[in-house]
This record gives sequence, structure tokens and C-alpha cells, in this order.
Amino acid sequence: MSAPSATASASEPSFLVDQGPRHGLLAWLTTTDHKRIGLMYLAAMVTFFFTGATIGIFMRLVQLSSLSHMMTAQTYNALFTVHGVIMIFLFVIPGLPAVFGNFFLPLQIGARDVAFPRLNLASWYFFMAGAVLAITSLFTGGGPPDTGWTFYAPFSIKTGTNVTLAVFAAFVLGFSSMLTGVNFITTIHRMRAPGMKWFRMPLFCWSLYATAWVQILATPVLAITLVLVILERLFGIGIFDPAKGGDPLLYQHLFWIYSHPAVYIMILPAMGAITEIIPTFARRTIFGYKAIAFSSMAIAGVGSLVWGHHMFTSGMSLTGDMIFSLLTMIVAVPSAIKVFNWTATLYKGSIDFQPPLLYALTFIFLFCIGGLTGVMQGALAVNQHVHDTYFIVGHFHYVMFGGTGIAFFAALLYWFPKMFGKMYSRKVAYIAWFPIFVGFNMLYFTMLVLGLEGMPRRYYHHLPQFDTGHVVATVGSWILVSGLLILFGNFAYALFKGKKAGSNPWGGPTLEWTTASPPPQENFATIPTVTGPPYAFPVEPRP
Amino acid sequence: MSLQASAHAEPRDDFGAKLGMWLFLVTEMILFGGLFIGYSYMRSKYPAEFHHAGSELNATIGILNTLVLLTSSLTVVLAIVSLQRGEKGKTVAFLGATLFLAALFLVDKGIEWTGEIGRGLYPNAPHLATLPPGEQVFFGLYYTMTGLHGLHVLAGMGVLGWALTRVMRGRISRDHAVVLENAGLYWHLVDVIWIFLLPLFYLAA
Repeated sequence: MSAPSATASASEPSFLVDQGPRHGLLAWLTTTDHKRIGLMYLAAMVTFFFTGATIGIFMRLVQLSSLSHMMTAQTYNALFTVHGVIMIFLFVIPGLPAVFGNFFLPLQIGARDVAFPRLNLASWYFFMAGAVLAITSLFTGGGPPDTGWTFYAPFSIKTGTNVTLAVFAAFVLGFSSMLTGVNFITTIHRMRAPGMKWFRMPLFCWSLYATAWVQILATPVLAITLVLVILERLFGIGIFDPAKGGDPLLYQHLFWIYSHPAVYIMILPAMGAITEIIPTFARRTIFGYKAIAFSSMAIAGVGSLVWGHHMFTSGMSLTGDMIFSLLTMIVAVPSAIKVFNWTATLYKGSIDFQPPLLYALTFIFLFCIGGLTGVMQGALAVNQHVHDTYFIVGHFHYVMFGGTGIAFFAALLYWFPKMFGKMYSRKVAYIAWFPIFVGFNMLYFTMLVLGLEGMPRRYYHHLPQFDTGHVVATVGSWILVSGLLILFGNFAYALFKGKKAGSNPWGGPTLEWTTASPPPQENFATIPTVTGPPYAFPVEPRP
Repeated sequence: MSLQASAHAEPRDDFGAKLGMWLFLVTEMILFGGLFIGYSYMRSKYPAEFHHAGSELNATIGILNTLVLLTSSLTVVLAIVSLQRGEKGKTVAFLGATLFLAALFLVDKGIEWTGEIGRGLYPNAPHLATLPPGEQVFFGLYYTMTGLHGLHVLAGMGVLGWALTRVMRGRISRDHAVVLENAGLYWHLVDVIWIFLLPLFYLAA
């Protein structure tokens, strides 16, 4: 798609080599290179992900009858709150945009960096500050927060645990997310290489564009809601307190006005990454480019209008319920369009079955289960039955972990050779897939079943009739984690001992594959000129 | 960061800087938007109480402060125009005037809050607790929204003060005006939000 002049000269050192006056850690902490910032996010997020996963393991252990007294109910409340806060605010929401968006958006549009490199570094510091505050909240004040990640009023304004600090942490993290959104939109509008028209952009960039708009338009609502919770706790302003004329339902509305669109902040870039992987390994241009681009924007738009489906049992009017139910059904359509396009791309492709494709297909499978169980809950009658049960927990783990999490792994498998210039063991990546897939479904499909049978979420103990299900789910969690350890052990090994990867090991068609692996600090020796669509096959072989 | 100074030797993109600022202003507007939603909901729930509580506020100071802020928006515009004409002395003077007016606004605000707190009209006050729930919510919203706005005035003063020092050192000039223009945009946002706060609280009676 680009002129051969886009080649980076072999003599240029990669961005991993310090080239400024500072060296070592200090060079990283003061960098404004989007690639280094992406890697700093990656390091932080993998740490948080495994912290959250460890907490998850403990939550599952309590559900084994023989271990049911290993912790108090209060500790269990703190664990599910902290697990949610870490996984959602520190991994799933920022995950793909912050890591792969930062690293690959400028590369894919043929730019040298994002529009505001220093603001980009500031976003990383906001992220880390938020993370430190969140972790501090566990050990200070009245003990770890016990409200669940949703911080529902009035409990969040009454509980004696350290909610104020945890909420402030989420506020700071929101700031990081907003500034990244501002940065990406400006980058996409202003920094595209010559000839990179809107409809010549790789679809990952389109998904980042849609995501960035949601980040800008929805996050401030969460920010102000969290500020109100803090003011409520510090000064008792009364807006969510019924005793003073306030209304807890207002909290739920404001919270979900952000937090439902946040679900699309999580899934849109994941879908974008899958859209990059599929054509590369099908050796075929993407089916329905514009449909995918527009469906991203449609998801961002309609997804901002469905928040009420979290509140069907909270006492809204029936008219409100029905409107939100209808919109919820409608938002499934653009997601389904993407699934059809991915499968149609594979059809009659000459498929090169590599680890990224395996994980991408796993994403499609698990995301379909997550999406369809979501549509089930969009129906008012079903929702009454399954609200606040394990069915919900199973559903959103299929979307967030089976969707965004697996897409994160797929993206890492796809772009790892580009980011580090090293190739991991493909065999081990396949081996890791089995326990991940089997363990995942044992854990979360069982939750779907338990939920339909009536197991409520966030309960410390369960009735004997749910024993078998809980044992299956807990064993599944062990299998799942063992797979994750193999997967990331493989990455860690490759980081130090991996074979050198060429500039384009998969035969990818987009611009990031035209430069060296890892890319030089300036990304491209000369800015490429784009003359055609992004997914053009066959890709011309390069030295 | 000097480290990557060489990496960003690209032509300056003033349009991009403006675009980024406008996007940031969108987030600020939506931040207040959440509060405006809360206000609308509560007001439709307690129309009589809001009407009565609004009469407790000092509309004179409110209107005076509006005039102060509007004038400060004018001085920011004059500062930017002076800069574009290359008149550094005038730019500095108009920015100084803006900062003075902003400080005046905050002093007024402080006098006003002190008076209301003195009359027991603040969250968790024993006197406020005896008033009907709708009035308690009114004052909760009043302190939250004017307080958050006050913080934005402070932030705006910080930005304008920083821009002032850069104008004096010649870092912001006729050819490098975009920083001051963006600071001005932020200041206008602070002004615009106040224009909405005035009728919602002071003229609610």
C-alpha cells in the first residue's frame, strides 16, 4: 500500500535503545515516544491483570464448601469490589487503546507520534497515580471498599470503608482516559500520512476513533458522579441521600450514563484488533470495510443510549424500561454486522493458521456467547428473573474477558514481534490455548447455568444445591489461570531468548509492517505516501 | 522534554492544538452537564422549594459577579487582539486586568458564601436540616456547582497567569499565539458556565 521509500534504513537504532541524554529507567519515565508509553502501559497492565486474577482465584476458593471459612464475609465483599475495580478501571477499560492504540495508531496512519506527545505521557502518569490511589485505598482509612465496583448510593455514602479514596482513584483514572481520547481524535484528524484518506485507514484506527469519542463524551459524567459521592461523604450535600431530599436513583442513572458506554470503550478496540488479525491470516481483504467502520460509530452512538437496561429492577417507568429494552436489542445489530464480516472475510480465504488467528477465532466464539446472553437480558421479562444473579456475572465475563481479554491476548500475539522484534514459541502459544479455553468455559458457562438456577451474585455463601456448580467453576478457574501463566511465561521467555522476528513475520498488509521490528524512534525514515486501501493482498515481499 | 526534541521537529500544527482544546472543552461541558441533569431532575421534583430557596441567595452579588466575569472575557479578547497586532505591552496589561477581575469574582464569591454559611445555610448545618428536603438539595447543588465553577476560575487564573509570564518572556508572540488563544477559550468556557448558573440559582426565585 505504500511506496518502497517507507523502508526504515537498517542503520537506524530501534526505539528500545536510549537515544537522548537520559539513560535507563529515567529515559523511559520521561519519554514522549508513543511506543515507549504504550509499553509502559503494557507492563503496568499485565501486573494489574495478574493481581486481579489472583483476587479472582481467592473469590472462587471461598465458594468451595470445605474452604468457606477461609475469610470473613467483609473480606469477601472487599475482594469482589477490588477485583472489579482493578480489572475494569486498570485493565479492561484502558487495555487496548492505551497499549496497542498508543503503540500502533501513529504507525498505522503513517505518523511519527500522536498529536500531543507530552499530554500522552501525562495520561500515563494520571493512570499510574490512579492505580496507586486505588491500591492505597485498600490499606488505609476504614479498610478496603466493600460496595462493589459500581459504588451504588446510598450504601457508598454510608459505609465506613475507604470509599472516598477509591472513588477519587477512579476519578483520576477517568482523567487519563479522557486525555487519551482527546489525543487520539486530534491525531486521527491531523496526522494521517499523505493519501491516507478516512476510508483508507486501517479499521483498528476507526475503532479507536469511535472509542475516543465515547471516552470524551461519557467519562466526564462518571467524573462528576464520583465527585458527588466524595462531596456527599465529606460534606453531606444530600443529592443522593433520600433523608435530605436526594435520590439514589439519580446516582444509578449518572453512573450508568458513563458505565454502559464504558462497555463499548472496552469492546470497540478489541473488535478493531480482531479486524486487523483476520484479513492478515485469511490473506484476503476485509469483507465490508465501510460496514465495519460505520458499525463502530453506530455502536458508539446507540451504545450511549442504553444505560437504563442496568436499572430494569430499580423502579423506572414501564415506558422507560421498554425504550431502553428496544435500544438494547438494536445495539446488538452493529456488533452482529462485525461478526458476519469477519466470518465472510475468512470464507474462501487462504487461511494461514497461526496463534493470533486461533485467539481471534476464540474471541468471536466467546464474544457471541457474551453478546447473545446480553440480548437475553435486554428482554424485560428475562431480566427480572436473572437480575443480580450469576447469569449476569457469567455474561459480562464472556464479554469482558472472553471478548476484550482474549482480544488483548490475540493483539499481543499478533503485534509482539513488531513491538519487541522477537518471536515467541508458536507451539507454546497453542498449548496455552487449551487450558485457557477449557478453563474459561468451565468457569463462566457454569456461572450462566448457576444464575439461571437462582444463584445470586456477590453472595459469600451459597445453598447446598449449588455445590456441584461451584466446584466445577472453581476447578475451571485453576485451569484457566494455568493457561494464562503458560501464555505469559512464553512471552517473558521470548522477550529475552526469543528468535529475531523480521519486519513482517505474518505478511500483514498495513503500514506498521513496512517499518523495522522493533520500529526506529521516528517510526519511518520517510513518511509513507498511501495510494490504496489498507488490506491489499498479496503483500509485496520485503527484505 | 528535551529527550525527544529531535523526534518532533515536524511543522507546528496550530489547528490541531485548537482542535484538542475544543475537545477538552467538550469534556468540561459534559462534566457540568451531569450536574445540570441533576439540577433539572431535582427542580422538577421540588419546584416550590427551589423557588423559595432561591430567594435566600443574594441576587445583587450574583449579577455583579456576572458583570465582572463578562468584562473579564472582554479583556481576554482584547489581550488576544493586542497580541495578534504585536502590542506586547497592551497584551500584558489586559491579561493583568483579567486576572484582577477573576480575583474580584472569587472575593465576591467568598463574601457571599461567608454570609450564607453565617446564616446556617450549608450542608449538614442544624438550621438547614430543619428546612424542607427540596431546599436542602437546592443548597447541596448550589455549593457543588458554584464551588466547582470557582475551582475552574482558579484553574483559569493559573492558566492565564502562566500565559502572562510566557508573553512577558516572549515565548508567546504574534507568531506563536495559539497558547494564549487556547487559554482564552478556556476562560470563555468558565464564563459561559457561569451564565447558566446565574439564572438557575440566583434568579430561581
